[in-house]
Amino acid sequence: MTITEEAPPPVHRQDEDDRQGRKGWNFNSPLALTMLLLLVIASQGPIRGALSAPVMQSWMTVFVAVVVQALPFLVLGVLLSAVIAVFVPPSFFARALPKRPALAVPVAGMAGAILPGCECASVPVAGALVRRGVTPAAALAFLLSAPAINPIVLTATAVAFPRNPEMVLARFVASLLVACVMGWLWQRLGRTDWLRPPARPAHDGLGKGAAFWGSVRHDVMHAGGFLVLGAMAAATLKSVVPASWLHAAAGNPVVSILALAILAVLLSICSEADAFVVSSLTQFSLTARLAFLVVGPMIDLKLFAMQVGTFGRGFAVRFAPTTFALAILMSVLIGAVLL
Amino acid sequence: MNRQAQAAVLFLIGAAVLHASVTDLYLRYVKAGLRPLLLAAGVVLIVTALATVWYEIREHRKASADRPGDRRDGARAPEREIRDAHADTDTGADAHGRTGEHERASWHGDEHSDRHRDEHADGHTDSHGHGDGHGHGHREPRVSWLLVLPLLALILVAPPALGSYSAMRAGTALQAPFGYSKLPAGDPVTLGLVDYAGRAAYDHGRSLGGRQIKITGFVALDRAGTPYLVRMALNCCAADAQPVKIGLSGRIPPVLRPDTWLEVTGGYTGKRTKDPVNGGIIPFLDVSSARPVPTPRDPYDESWNN
Repeated sequence: MTITEEAPPPVHRQDEDDRQGRKGWNFNSPLALTMLLLLVIASQGPIRGALSAPVMQSWMTVFVAVVVQALPFLVLGVLLSAVIAVFVPPSFFARALPKRPALAVPVAGMAGAILPGCECASVPVAGALVRRGVTPAAALAFLLSAPAINPIVLTATAVAFPRNPEMVLARFVASLLVACVMGWLWQRLGRTDWLRPPARPAHDGLGKGAAFWGSVRHDVMHAGGFLVLGAMAAATLKSVVPASWLHAAAGNPVVSILALAILAVLLSICSEADAFVVSSLTQFSLTARLAFLVVGPMIDLKLFAMQVGTFGRGFAVRFAPTTFALAILMSVLIGAVLL
Repeated sequence: MNRQAQAAVLFLIGAAVLHASVTDLYLRYVKAGLRPLLLAAGVVLIVTALATVWYEIREHRKASADRPGDRRDGARAPEREIRDAHADTDTGADAHGRTGEHERASWHGDEHSDRHRDEHADGHTDSHGHGDGHGHGHREPRVSWLLVLPLLALILVAPPALGSYSAMRAGTALQAPFGYSKLPAGDPVTLGLVDYAGRAAYDHGRSLGGRQIKITGFVALDRAGTPYLVRMALNCCAADAQPVKIGLSGRIPPVLRPDTWLEVTGGYTGKRTKDPVNGGIIPFLDVSSARPVPTPRDPYDESWNN
C-alpha cells in the first residue's frame, strides 16, 4: 500500500532520536501522540468548520460507522487468535486436521461455519493458524469461508431474501467451493515466500499472560490500522460516487455481474449486512446479486488492506485478484444451476 | 509507535467506544443490537491497555534489576530493546562501540528492503529466539497511527447520523411488505415511516382505513424543491443505511430546512412519484399539520432487523 510507504516513518525517527536522546533531547511516540492530540483539540474550531460540508459529514459518519461496527468483531477475532497463539498447542491442529493438505482444505473450509462474525474476525484468526503450523492452504480456505457460511450470515441472507430461499443454499455452496478451490490452488501453485506472517514478538520466555496480552495488543494495533484504511476507502465510495451509475449497469447481464462484484469490493460492507443491501437492488438479476454476496466476504478494500498487513503485500496482490475472479466464476456457475 | 503510545491509543479508543455505547451516541452509527458487543469491546481494549502498561513496568523492573547500570526511566524502554537486538545480531560486538554512521546505515537499509528486513528478523528469531526488540521496533508502528483518526472523529467531531445529503443520493429502498398488521388504536395513529410507505405504495392505503396518521422523519428537498420526509433504514451500520422516502403534499410548512426532524400528521393520498435515482415508488402523504421535533433517540429505522 502506497500510504504505508509514504507515511513518515515515525519509528525510524524515534529510533534515531532515541539514540540522539543520549545527548539530551528525547523525541518519542508517546510525546508525539500527546502533541498531536493537544494540537487537534486546540484547533478543533477550524477543523469542525471544515468538516461541516454535507459531503464531509456523510463521509465521517460512514467512516466512524464502519470502524465502530467492525471493532467488536475485530476484538473477538483478535482474542481468538491470541488464544490460538498462546494456549492451543500446535499439536492440536496436527491432530484435528487430516494429514493430507488436500483433505485438510475442505475440513478447514467447513470449520469456517463455526466462527460467528464477519470478515474482520477471520483475518487475525487465519494469521494465527498459519503461525501455529496449520498448512497455509487450509488456513486460507478457513479465511475465505468463515465470513460467508457461518449461521449468522446465512440467517441474515434468508431474512433478506424471503422470496428466494434458494439464495441461502447458493451462497453457502458457492462460498464453500471458492474457499476450497482457492485452498487447493494455493497448495499446488502457492509459494511460501509470498506469504509473510508478520515477525512478531516471540512468546518464548514470556509468561502466558504477557504473551496473550502482547498478542492482543499487537493484533488490535496492526489489523485496526488497516481496518481504518479500508473504512476510509469505503466511506469515500459511499459518499462520493453517485448511486445512479449503478443503475446504468443493470441492463446488461455480463456487465451487471461485474458491476455488483466490483461494488462488493468497494463498499466493504460487513458480511452480516450485505444481503440486506443487495436484496434492494431488484433491477439486478439474482445471479449478479449472488456474485455480490460471494465476492464481498472474501475480498474487499478493508479485507485487502488487512491481508496486506497480516500476510504481506506479495501475498495479497496475488491472492486477492485470483479470489475475485474465482468468486465471480463460481457465482455464475452456481447461479446457473440453482437460481 | 512504541508500547506506551500503543497503550494510550488502546485506552482512549476503549474509553471512546464505552462512552459512545453508554450514551446513545452509538445509535448514530450502528444498530441498537450491537450495544453489548461494543461494551465488551471497549472493556477488552481498556484491559489490553492496562495489561500492556503493567507488563511493560514489570519487564522494565526486571531488566533494571538484572543490569543495575542501566538507565532507570521507563520512557527509554524501546531503546533498550533495540540495543538488545543489536547486541544479539552482532554477537559479542558492543552496540555502543559502533560508530553512529554505521548504525544509521544499517537501519536505513532495513527501512528500504522488505525482503531484507524479513529475512533479518526471521533469521534473528530462529537463531536467538529473541526477535522481540527488532521486530517490535519496526513492525507495529506506522499503520497504527491511523487508529488516531477514528478516535478523533468519535470524541471531537461525533458526526451526526446520515441525513438529507445521503438520502437524496440514493434511491428509495422501499420493498413490498409481507403483510399488513392491524393498525394500533388511536386517531391520529402513530406509524413508522417505512410502515406507512409500504401500506401506501403496495396496498393503496386500504389497510389505513382513512385514518389520520402521524409520522416522524427528517426533511430532504430534491433539486426542484419538492419536500420529502425520509427515514434511513439500517441493517447493521450507517454504511448500509438506505433511505425510505415519502413525498409531502397538502399543508406543508412554508419554510423547510433539510435535515430538520418533523412530526407530520395527515391522511393517505393516491399521489405517488418515481424516485429519479432508482425508479422506486415514493408515495405521498396529504399533510394537515406539521411540527418540528428533536432528533429521535435512534435516528434510523431498524424495523428490518426484527
